Amino acid sequence: MTTAVPDGRPVVEMTGISIEFPGVKALDGVDLTLRPGEVHALMGENGAGKSTLIKALTGVYSIDSGRIVVDGAEHTFSGPGEAQAAGVSPVYQEVNLCENLSVAENIMLGHEPRRLGAIDWRTTRRRAGEMLARLNLDIDPASSLAAHSLAVQQLVAICRALVVECKVLILDEPTSSLDADEVAQLFAVVRRLRDEGVAILFVSHFLEQVYEISDRMTVLRNGKLVGEYVTAELPRLELVSKMIGTSLEVLEELEEAPKRSVADREATPFVQALGVGRKGSVQPFDLDVYPGEVVGLAGLLGSGRTELARLLAGADRADSGQVRVGGAPARLRTPRSAMQHKIAFSSEHRKAEGIVGDLTIRENIVLGLQAERGWARRLPKKQVDEIVETYIKALAIRPGNPDALIKNLSGGNQQKVLLARWLATAPKLLILDEPTRGIDVGAKAEIQKLVAQLSGEGMSVVFISAELEEVLRLSHRIAVMRDRVKVAEITNDEDVTVEDVVELIASGGQES
Amino acid sequence: MSTTAPAWQRAVQHRLFWPIVALVLLLAVNTINRPSFLSIRLQDGHLFGSLVNLLKNGAPLLLVALGMTLVIATRGIDLSVGAVVAISGAVALSFIASSPSPDSLTTVLVAAGIALALSFVLGVWNGFLVSVLGIQPIIATLVLMTAGRGVAMLITGGQITTVNSAPFKAIGSGFWLGVPVAVVLAGVVFAAVALLTRRTALGMLIESVGINPEASRLAGVKSRSIIWTVYAVCALFAGLAGLMISSSTMAADANNAGLFIELDAILAVVIGGTSLAGGKFSLSGTLVGVLIIQTLTLTVTMLGISPSVTPLFKAIVVIAVCLAQSPKVRDLVAARRRRAAPTSAAAAEVSA
Repeated sequence: MTTAVPDGRPVVEMTGISIEFPGVKALDGVDLTLRPGEVHALMGENGAGKSTLIKALTGVYSIDSGRIVVDGAEHTFSGPGEAQAAGVSPVYQEVNLCENLSVAENIMLGHEPRRLGAIDWRTTRRRAGEMLARLNLDIDPASSLAAHSLAVQQLVAICRALVVECKVLILDEPTSSLDADEVAQLFAVVRRLRDEGVAILFVSHFLEQVYEISDRMTVLRNGKLVGEYVTAELPRLELVSKMIGTSLEVLEELEEAPKRSVADREATPFVQALGVGRKGSVQPFDLDVYPGEVVGLAGLLGSGRTELARLLAGADRADSGQVRVGGAPARLRTPRSAMQHKIAFSSEHRKAEGIVGDLTIRENIVLGLQAERGWARRLPKKQVDEIVETYIKALAIRPGNPDALIKNLSGGNQQKVLLARWLATAPKLLILDEPTRGIDVGAKAEIQKLVAQLSGEGMSVVFISAELEEVLRLSHRIAVMRDRVKVAEITNDEDVTVEDVVELIASGGQES
Repeated sequence: MSTTAPAWQRAVQHRLFWPIVALVLLLAVNTINRPSFLSIRLQDGHLFGSLVNLLKNGAPLLLVALGMTLVIATRGIDLSVGAVVAISGAVALSFIASSPSPDSLTTVLVAAGIALALSFVLGVWNGFLVSVLGIQPIIATLVLMTAGRGVAMLITGGQITTVNSAPFKAIGSGFWLGVPVAVVLAGVVFAAVALLTRRTALGMLIESVGINPEASRLAGVKSRSIIWTVYAVCALFAGLAGLMISSSTMAADANNAGLFIELDAILAVVIGGTSLAGGKFSLSGTLVGVLIIQTLTLTVTMLGISPSVTPLFKAIVVIAVCLAQSPKVRDLVAARRRRAAPTSAAAAEVSA
């Protein structure tokens, strides 16, 4: 951890930045100050406005109000090119390089030295080599990019950002797909650039990394500025509660919803995971889910909570460990095999992995059940109508017309249709990944009520949500995830508060 | 609300309205050019006439286009159907030619069986490349598209194999209850596919895989075997089309049999309103598409224009129909109409 916090004239001063999208205020009067020679972390939960702020700084979005001053001059960027010309270079989360080109071509793309109108390849390679040397990277500029690891590709992307005179380097989730050694390699480069006087804006969901590399941080929540802090002076616990938003005092006062009958712990667990893991996705974990029990998964975004759920659902294939269903070993190789074991999984990506947009409500509801039966044994029309009518009524799906295309429904109603799809398969374990994200308050309450009711009827539920209040309200037991490791598991009784869970997330389950 | 819109307005909104208009126009041009065009007469118990010929000549294309519709509905494409047509014809005719009794029904049935089985295997190969190995459909089927004609050449030994076999000739030129056998076969296959996709859940699962493969996988749909099956079925239909084409000429021409039929089939599918992006498919749309292409080919010939410029006319019809179906163009037209008459356009909007 660095102790020297540089002061001096800021290289970037953004003040009172507001950006409005139709119906949403994405940013509301946010300030950001970057000083030369510092690593500045931009923190916030999903949807806090981090990406929007970066896009304002890099000229992708134009701002509705506020000032952007770069190196003493006020700018109104109307495109990424102008921001780059002013010395602001972004390296985005998905490395946007061309794998089929050479390292040198990738670094110099768009800035190739020319001679007589043609590209001067020799100079191109020489300059690319110089850039690589600056980052202490010993690779052949003429080699193909695809031949290198993701970490090296990430560094090449940084090289590319440095080709133009770069005063501000923006790293958006640069470590999300790197392992520990690769992260160390990347951080060495980041420190080197910082010491050269470059201001670095660092965005990551990994708390440890943020504390390791950053000097200062700016925290956003719901499009608003929470504050700017010196990293060394802000305890992790406080950071997490600032990101999540409920101040600790309020959290403590929060009224606990009455706990329902605790699940029967004498029975065998319905699902038992023993050392189940997948390389690069989630570390091996143990987890028991008893019949009639709601197990909440808590953790920040990217903590591995979704990855854990996907392994239990057969959406991804585990490469270690064993899953037992009803006491007997089970192989959950595909979503279909999980369904045959009565495990249903509703993905957090409603649009990409949930709805089949051009099909009707009716077809979307029966899709799971029909797929389970196979194409040849079509569900009788009468039974389809019965199922569809039951769920449209029970879940209050609007519009109630089964022939409406699901893509025209609101998010909350799409979510209800997906719940209906899974409930129609009569699962014994229902895995819900962020079932209430991005839907209105009414639908949210209805879905929470439904989860409670289902577990009362004996169904096991694994419930994932970024909102800890929601997890606490519904769960009998809570597993805490951090940095792709299951770090703790607690029984949820009257004494457990959001603060406790926040502390577990922040401390990683160890005594702090 | 749509029930309150006038009937003609609902008809115009129907996705097959413009393709059918195009078809009617083409038929009208032919009738004006030659008034006897529409007449059908009974001769020796067989139906004769331009329309009957039209259907008979369109039968192979319909078969190929039906398979293509299913493949396209899964977001795929099959470029190898023309090559399969050639291989199927080559295998059947070579078997008959080398048989001691080319006129026996058994020989012809065995020959057809071998040809269809081989076509099916070729389709299984395509499906394997696409569904198991994950190769892009256009590349995966390009392999067989280019290699297939070479295979057909090997089978025929580089010659154009010709045979005399009455039972085989019947496939392409025979009549059954007065109707050309080819038309009967194509009709039976059309009905079978329609029943299989719409009476079972296959149609919905195919569309689901085509619209959102990942969501379908997570919902437990066996997308791999569905994709695999449609390629196999597509090649099987192409094989049957190959038998018809070689039977109507009684010759297996490895170089020219079914040449460019994949393009005609894709055109027919697109004209019929099935999107190349996959998803919702329309078998009746494909039928209309096939009829348009076939009528167009005939029209060009009838008008005394050189057949070599037929593709130009196909292109014109395709662009016209696609423009009429394009949501963007429809929106533009609707916006214009809205400006002209704000009240009547509201009704059109609701019914859309």
